[in-house]
Amino acid sequence: MLSEIARADHLEVAYKGHPVWSDANFRIHRGEFIAVIGPNGAGKTTLFRLLLGLIRPTGGSLEVFGGPPRRGNSRIGYVPQNHEVDKDTNVAADELVRLGFSGSRWYPTLTPRGLRAEREAADEALQSVQATELGKEPLGNLSGGELQRIFLAEALVGRPELLLLDEPLSSLDLRRSEELVNVVNGLVRSRGVTTLLVAHDINPLIHHLDQVMYVANGRVATGLPSQVLTTKNLTALYGVPVEVLHGSRGRMAIIGGENPHGDPNG
Amino acid sequence: MSGYGWVWWSWNLGADLRDMLQYEFIRNALEAGTIIAIVAGVVSYLVVLRRSSFAAHALGHIGFSGAAGAVLFAVAPIYGLLLATTVSGAAMAVLGKTAATRDVEIGTVLAFVLALGLLFLSFYKGYATEAYSILFGEIVGISSSQVVFTLEASIPVMVVLGLVYRQLLFASLDEEVAEAKGMHTVLLGVIFMVSLAVAISIAVTIIGVLLIFALTVTPAAIAIRLATRPLYAVILSVLIALGAMWAGIFIGFYEIEPTSFFIVTIVFVAYVLVRTVPLIPPLFRRSSPGPTLALAPMSSPPGPAEPLAGSAANPERT
Repeated sequence: MLSEIARADHLEVAYKGHPVWSDANFRIHRGEFIAVIGPNGAGKTTLFRLLLGLIRPTGGSLEVFGGPPRRGNSRIGYVPQNHEVDKDTNVAADELVRLGFSGSRWYPTLTPRGLRAEREAADEALQSVQATELGKEPLGNLSGGELQRIFLAEALVGRPELLLLDEPLSSLDLRRSEELVNVVNGLVRSRGVTTLLVAHDINPLIHHLDQVMYVANGRVATGLPSQVLTTKNLTALYGVPVEVLHGSRGRMAIIGGENPHGDPNG
Repeated sequence: MSGYGWVWWSWNLGADLRDMLQYEFIRNALEAGTIIAIVAGVVSYLVVLRRSSFAAHALGHIGFSGAAGAVLFAVAPIYGLLLATTVSGAAMAVLGKTAATRDVEIGTVLAFVLALGLLFLSFYKGYATEAYSILFGEIVGISSSQVVFTLEASIPVMVVLGLVYRQLLFASLDEEVAEAKGMHTVLLGVIFMVSLAVAISIAVTIIGVLLIFALTVTPAAIAIRLATRPLYAVILSVLIALGAMWAGIFIGFYEIEPTSFFIVTIVFVAYVLVRTVPLIPPLFRRSSPGPTLALAPMSSPPGPAEPLAGSAANPERT
C-alpha cells in the first residue's frame, strides 16, 4: 500500500464536453518507469493534467499520494509538451533550475543560507542529469537535448517523488533520445523517482520500462511491455498496421506507426 | 555629433553641474528622472523576458488618450495617464497571452483610442503644446509636487515587484510549469502590467508616450545581452537607464534640442553597440558565433533598431 503512488478506478475525463477516455483503471507503484503511448489527441497529456490537478475527472476516482490530485503538489515534477525557450533567452540555465527550487515562493530568498541551499539544490539537480557544465550557459544557446536535461533538472530540483515528462523525446534524434532515456532511467533506478514518460517512439525506452500505459480509442490500459507491445495490440492502438519484431537477446523493434515525427529508421 | 559643437560647456564638469543644479526645474527633472530610471530599468527586464514590448507600446498610446482626456477635464495629465494605463494594462493581463498576440485587433482598437485622444485635445485651447509634451515629454515643466507624486507612485510598485520578483521571473521564463506548480500566473501578469503602466505613466512626463520604448524596453534589451544572471541584468538595466537619464538631462540643459531626444539617442547607441560590436556579448557566451542577430528581442512591433542592426551585421555589403 505504501508503494502505491497513484491509482485510478473507472476514471473518466472529458475535454470541452466531449469524452476523451473512460473506464481507466491503473496502479502506479513507487520506483516504476512507465511509458505512456498512443496516437495524437488520444488524451495522454490529459492524463498528466488530471494527475497534476489542473483538470477534474468527469467520473470514477483518481488518487495521487493517497488523496485527490492537488494543483501545485510539490511531490510531482513536470516537464510540459513542446517545452521550449526562444533563442533570445539569454538567461543562464541554472537560473531556471533555481527558480524550480524557490521560484514559486511569495517572498525573495535573501539570507546567505537560503541562497546557498538554493544553489546547492540546483547544482545537485544539474549533476543528477549530467548537465553540470551547462549550468552557466544561456538557455538560448542550448540544443534540444541539452534543454530537455535542464527542464528535467528544473523538475527534479524540488525532489519530487513522481515525474511527469510529456514527450521529452519528440524533438530529439535517436541517439539523443537514448541519452536522455538513460539519464531518466538512472534517476528512476538510483533515486526511486517514479516516472511517467509520454512518447511516440518506444524504441529508446523498451529495455527500461516497468509498465506501458496505452491511451487510444477512448480507453487507457496498463500492462507489462511484453504484454502490451504486440503486433495485434499496437495495430489496434494506432489504427494503422504496426509490426513488432523480436530480435536476439530479447530486443524488440517496432516498425511503422510509432513515430509520426519522421525518422523512418526509428 | 562632434564634441566641438558643444560650445556652451566649460569642460569643467564640476562647475557645469553646479551651474546646472542652481535651477529648480533641473533638480526636479533629475529627481524625477532618477526615480523613473530605477522603476523603468527594473520593469523593462520583465518586458524583455516576457516579450511584452507590444504591450508597452499599446499602453503608451492608451496613456496618450488618458492624458488628453485629463487635460480636457482640467485634471493633471498624469492622473489620466495612470488611470487609462493601469485599467487597460490589467485588462490585457486578465485576457491573457492569446489576447496579447492579436496584433490586428489590438492595432484596430489602438487607432480608435488614439483618435479619441486627438478628439479630447481638439476641445482644448492649448492643443499643440499639451499634445507635444505628452507625445515627446517636457522636462522643464516638472514641479516638485510632481516629483513627490512620482515617488509616491513608484514606492508601492517597487515594494510589490521586490516581493514577487522571483515568481514573476519564473512565470515569465516558464509559465506552463509555474502554472502547474499552482502559481497564480494571471495575478502575476496583472501585477506586471500594472507595474508597467505606472512606469510608463511616470516616465511620460520626461520622455513622452512616443519615446517610451527607450526606457521601458531598450535598457533591458541591452542588459540582457551582457548578463545572463537576472539580478545582474536588472542592476545593469537600471544603471543604463540612469546613465542615459542623467546624461540626457545634462546635455539637454546645455543644448537647445529636446532632452528626450538625447536620452533616446544614448540608449539607442548603446543598443546598437551591443548588437554590433562582436566582442561584447560573447564575453558571456560559449560557442555562439557572435550575437544572435536573426531574432531581435523586440519581436511584436517592427522596432526601428532592427533594420539598422541587421545591416550593420553584414558590413561586407556596404
